[in-house]
Amino acid sequence: MAEFSLPANSKVKPGKTIRSAGPDAKRTRKFRIYRYDPDSGENPREDTYEIDLDKCGPMILDALIHIKNDVDSTLTFRRSCREGICGSCAMNIDGRNTLACLKAIGDVKGDVKIYPLPHQPVVKDLVPDLNQNYAQLASIKPWLQTQSTAPSRERLQSPEEREKLDGLYECILCFCCTTSCPSYWWNGDRYLGPAVLLQAYRFIADSRDEMTGERLDALEDPFRLYRCHTIMNCTQTCPKGLNPAKAIAEIKKMMAERAA
Amino acid sequence: MTDTPAAKRQRPLSPHLQVYRLPLPALTSITHRITGIGLCAGTLLLVWWLVAAAVGPEAYATAAGFIASPIGLILMFGWSAALWYHFFNGLRHLAWDFSAKMLSLQQSYSSANLVIGASIGATIVTWVLVFAL
Repeated sequence: MAEFSLPANSKVKPGKTIRSAGPDAKRTRKFRIYRYDPDSGENPREDTYEIDLDKCGPMILDALIHIKNDVDSTLTFRRSCREGICGSCAMNIDGRNTLACLKAIGDVKGDVKIYPLPHQPVVKDLVPDLNQNYAQLASIKPWLQTQSTAPSRERLQSPEEREKLDGLYECILCFCCTTSCPSYWWNGDRYLGPAVLLQAYRFIADSRDEMTGERLDALEDPFRLYRCHTIMNCTQTCPKGLNPAKAIAEIKKMMAERAA
Repeated sequence: MTDTPAAKRQRPLSPHLQVYRLPLPALTSITHRITGIGLCAGTLLLVWWLVAAAVGPEAYATAAGFIASPIGLILMFGWSAALWYHFFNGLRHLAWDFSAKMLSLQQSYSSANLVIGASIGATIVTWVLVFAL
């Protein structure tokens, strides 16, 4: 059953305000950031940092790095490539999930609110525990499976067959979509979620994979696939512009067609 | 780590509905759910009306009187609006599930607007007919 409110230990308390921007700063901005310190035993809180935008780069990630380097070194978040290919800095910014490195500060109006990916266990600050998502990804066997004898050279694909993987192979597994999905919030223990289902379809659609039937069998379940109610938050939020909702719809269609 | 009390290691759940700005397609989805529940309640009203008609003229007069009262009319208006919305959005879902098309971000917005417009239009036409006939 869906729980719409947060458990008692997760309610966000007001935190402290730190102004690092000097009195002569021309462009300042308030960043309201979710903080959780596992060692304190206290509830999460929302700290406010008022920073000088002329002292950091243009993206949200630049502001976070500025805060960590120059204002508060205890702020914890994941980041790596800073160019939208590693998926590490996925977080909830201004009420939508996206990559901090691809989101410009200028695109947010008013205070910039930054939270971890929604409805996940929080390890610390903006770092969620994604172990369940990774386990679900492993469950769909995200690799090519064959039954025929291995050929003496590569398994070939026509350009048309290869084209079917466009919009699927680009996924960087940041889990912005999965954690934006209300169905996943309420049934994440059994529903696989958009990111993992898009990966499932990536192998179902691959002409070189020979286990399509088995893959569909594994998804034929009231929860694993059919908790998708076409809410479309996944497609709305994907920082790579992919369409998980369509991939899921294609799987549902294949299910219906093979049952007919 | 091992000597941390279990209560301390219980990780908090990150905020979800509290912080997420739901886009229009998500709002049409939850409205579909809500109108579905509303239609179940509205069906009870319909059953009462039908049973009353079968029981006799007096019972029917009570039921018909309630439906024609201001509260009854408000309920009927809500029911008709919910019915039209659920119908049009149901067609939208049917198209999605049958074809796996019309699922781009832009199309999800345009079809949402179409459903909302059609529901408002059909509800108005329904009530113009109710009062004209």
